[in-house]
Amino acid sequence: MRSVQALAVAVLSVLTISDVSRAAEPKSGGIFRIYHRDSPGSASIHEGATYSVNIPFMPIFNNLVIFDQHIAQNSADTIRPELAESWAWSGDNKTLTFKLRKDVKWHDGKPFTAADVKCTFDMLMGKSQQKFRQNPRKSWYDQVDEVTTNGDYEASFRLKRPQPALLSLLASGYSPVYPCHVSPAEMRTKPVGTGPFKFVEFKANESIKLTKNPDYFKKGLPYLDGIEFTIITNRSTAILGFVSGKFDMTFPTEVSIPLLKDVKSQDPKAVCVVEPNNVSTNIIINSSAPPFDNLDIRRALALALDRKAFIQIMFEGQGDIGGTMEPAPDGLWAMPKEMLEQIPGYGPDIEKNREEARKLMQKAGYGPDKHLQIKVSTRNIAVYRDPAIILIDQIKSIYIDAELDVVDTAQWFPKIARKDYSLGLNLTGNAVDEPDQSFYENYACGSERNYTNYCNKDIEKLFDQQSEETNLDKRKKLVWEIDKKLQEDVARPIIFHARTGTCWKPYVKNVTIMSNSSYNGYRYEDVWLDK
Amino acid sequence: MFAYIVRRLFLMLVTLFGISVIIFVLLRVVPGNIVDILFDAAGFVDPADKANLERELGLSQPIVIQYLHWIGGLLHGDLGYSYVSEKPALEEILPRIPITARLAGLALLFSASIGIPLGVISAVHQGSKLDYALRVVSLSGLSLPSFWLGLLILMASVSLFGTMPIFNPNPKTWLEALTIYAVPAMAVGFRSAALTMRITRSSMLEILRQDYIRTARAKGASEASVNYHHALKNAVLPVITVIGIEAAFLIGGLIVTETVFNIPGIARFLVEALRWRDYPIVQNLVMFIAVVVVVVNFIVDMLYAAIDPRIRFGD
Repeated sequence: MRSVQALAVAVLSVLTISDVSRAAEPKSGGIFRIYHRDSPGSASIHEGATYSVNIPFMPIFNNLVIFDQHIAQNSADTIRPELAESWAWSGDNKTLTFKLRKDVKWHDGKPFTAADVKCTFDMLMGKSQQKFRQNPRKSWYDQVDEVTTNGDYEASFRLKRPQPALLSLLASGYSPVYPCHVSPAEMRTKPVGTGPFKFVEFKANESIKLTKNPDYFKKGLPYLDGIEFTIITNRSTAILGFVSGKFDMTFPTEVSIPLLKDVKSQDPKAVCVVEPNNVSTNIIINSSAPPFDNLDIRRALALALDRKAFIQIMFEGQGDIGGTMEPAPDGLWAMPKEMLEQIPGYGPDIEKNREEARKLMQKAGYGPDKHLQIKVSTRNIAVYRDPAIILIDQIKSIYIDAELDVVDTAQWFPKIARKDYSLGLNLTGNAVDEPDQSFYENYACGSERNYTNYCNKDIEKLFDQQSEETNLDKRKKLVWEIDKKLQEDVARPIIFHARTGTCWKPYVKNVTIMSNSSYNGYRYEDVWLDK
Repeated sequence: MFAYIVRRLFLMLVTLFGISVIIFVLLRVVPGNIVDILFDAAGFVDPADKANLERELGLSQPIVIQYLHWIGGLLHGDLGYSYVSEKPALEEILPRIPITARLAGLALLFSASIGIPLGVISAVHQGSKLDYALRVVSLSGLSLPSFWLGLLILMASVSLFGTMPIFNPNPKTWLEALTIYAVPAMAVGFRSAALTMRITRSSMLEILRQDYIRTARAKGASEASVNYHHALKNAVLPVITVIGIEAAFLIGGLIVTETVFNIPGIARFLVEALRWRDYPIVQNLVMFIAVVVVVVNFIVDMLYAAIDPRIRFGD
């Protein structure tokens, strides 16, 4: 009861802060200073697969549509027009047509037209002459047959079959429209957009600077004169920089729970929020080789997990247990709790689960006198290593002696692709809280990001069925069924979904941290500084 | 002397050639290249895309061809392009050199200006409370890792002054400009100063026991004249050697110091380039550092002759 009251107080105080900031008259001017956790590989959002690229470069661009930047939970209901004035689905739900704004110019002065929309998505679908150096989200557009234009201000996406999720994918921070007249190579170093801020410079390992776009099509915006990201790889230095006032905001969703306490103790006035980031920590299992080609051992592994212990140790209790889709209330597609608890390994009685796991291990020929010896491989990054160590400790209880195999980040994916591992600890980030993105990318047969090569044709049929379903309630039930089946199949056991913190100074107004994605909330067009 | 210099210059070239081969081979022996990393970040591997990118970056060529291409370019002043930023490597490296040079210069200055006088004082007052106190200071200098010391300094300055001396490319006052270099220089130079102090002390103690020092005292020379004119001049030779070696070791210390104080110098840049396997940057930076180390060692050898006329290299 006390915790409910505390939560209510916290929610009220956040609402109060939010109301005050909204109520005040926005002031123009000032440079918004944020530290960046690392030096992004390029400035091209379409070629990146990390929010290290999205965060600093999203303010340069616009999408056709975008998730409302002031509603934390992204959903189909929060999609707003941006470069599009409006959109409409055809009667057969196979064509999505956008009417485009006529008052938009690229930062170099050239007009934005429907041709730019076609260019961008043709390039993403691999249909154009110009190619991206890498194209990690090509699969998002698998159902798009072609993009057509009708004059300069109308573009249509013709689909192979209905896919209501397409609009959500287009609303992600990962889906900006690029100019036709600028090459992909130039976009990696000197990006040109239509967004509220123009690119000034990107000094690797040093800083990224953006300046106000005075010709932004939304009149009166942006309020800020510019945004400066200082790249600070040392987390302690970065946090001290924020505390000492050198920065107005921390790098979004990058402050761990223990560090958040430090920040609050040193800078009590800082506004800090903790939100889920739709990143799951999971186990990848090489089921194509012994010992994990044995389903009993895979099931035993899933039964051995004490998920609450992971969350308690790593996040002081501030994390969530769930399946593939982000848990409720922030996740839109999460299984109901009672359904989740029916899945082997998710029940509350850990000891009972482990007893069952030990029986399965004994059936597979292992026991107190004969332990299974394996390696748990993971990337040499703290957020990977720490849970891997806890995992090693937990699976000791089911006769598995594991050794930590720390892999250099450059070698991680090649190693996984070679299947040179038996058990791996992995993190999976979802750009959009949308089953199509998660299921096809991570579990579809032959998908490039399906690291474990899990392949179940029956489930794949369900993927398509849910993807085509236009009735939301029906679709949700299908998604739950799929998610449950994926966990029962031990396709990629999900350990937990993390929560992370973001802090900013009280004079920073209109910042909203998204609660079901870390990739979509950084346009910053109406952020202002009350100084 | 001339023959010696020519011989040393020839040896320098051979050393640099050896280093170039070692760097080049070692970089390619380390598993993973930029293409692996880029595709790792993207989370998938399309073999055709990968092969295209490897071809585009010249990584599919035989290693000997790649080496000759690099050395050929180097001799013509063409350092190639950074794989990550896609800018000329020279454009990436050049602006960072003065930053690290300033930092390293200040650290060495700090090391010499603190280490030598304190070493002399410690030796002259051997066995006194002052000597013991200075020895504790020097021991702590050798024991404290510079990154830890750096973090302590940052935490203390935030706690005491509400600000911190991290790098700012456009300092507003001369004091800020000095602070952003001097504080990290002290953090990284503390260990070096401690080492210099210990070497100076032991070298001075050895010299102070020599017969000619006793003779100088017997002839009525003042203590200051004995210590600084007769003893220090002879004791300083091993100190110069140590400072020369420390100049090379400093790069290692600067990697962490530049990271902690967020200074965009070449040491931190080198680590980042290594992380990305950005060969053109790593190769050229390591070669640059190698040249600096070889040249510093050469200068140290020349200083021997200048300071101690008994040394005749040509003999």
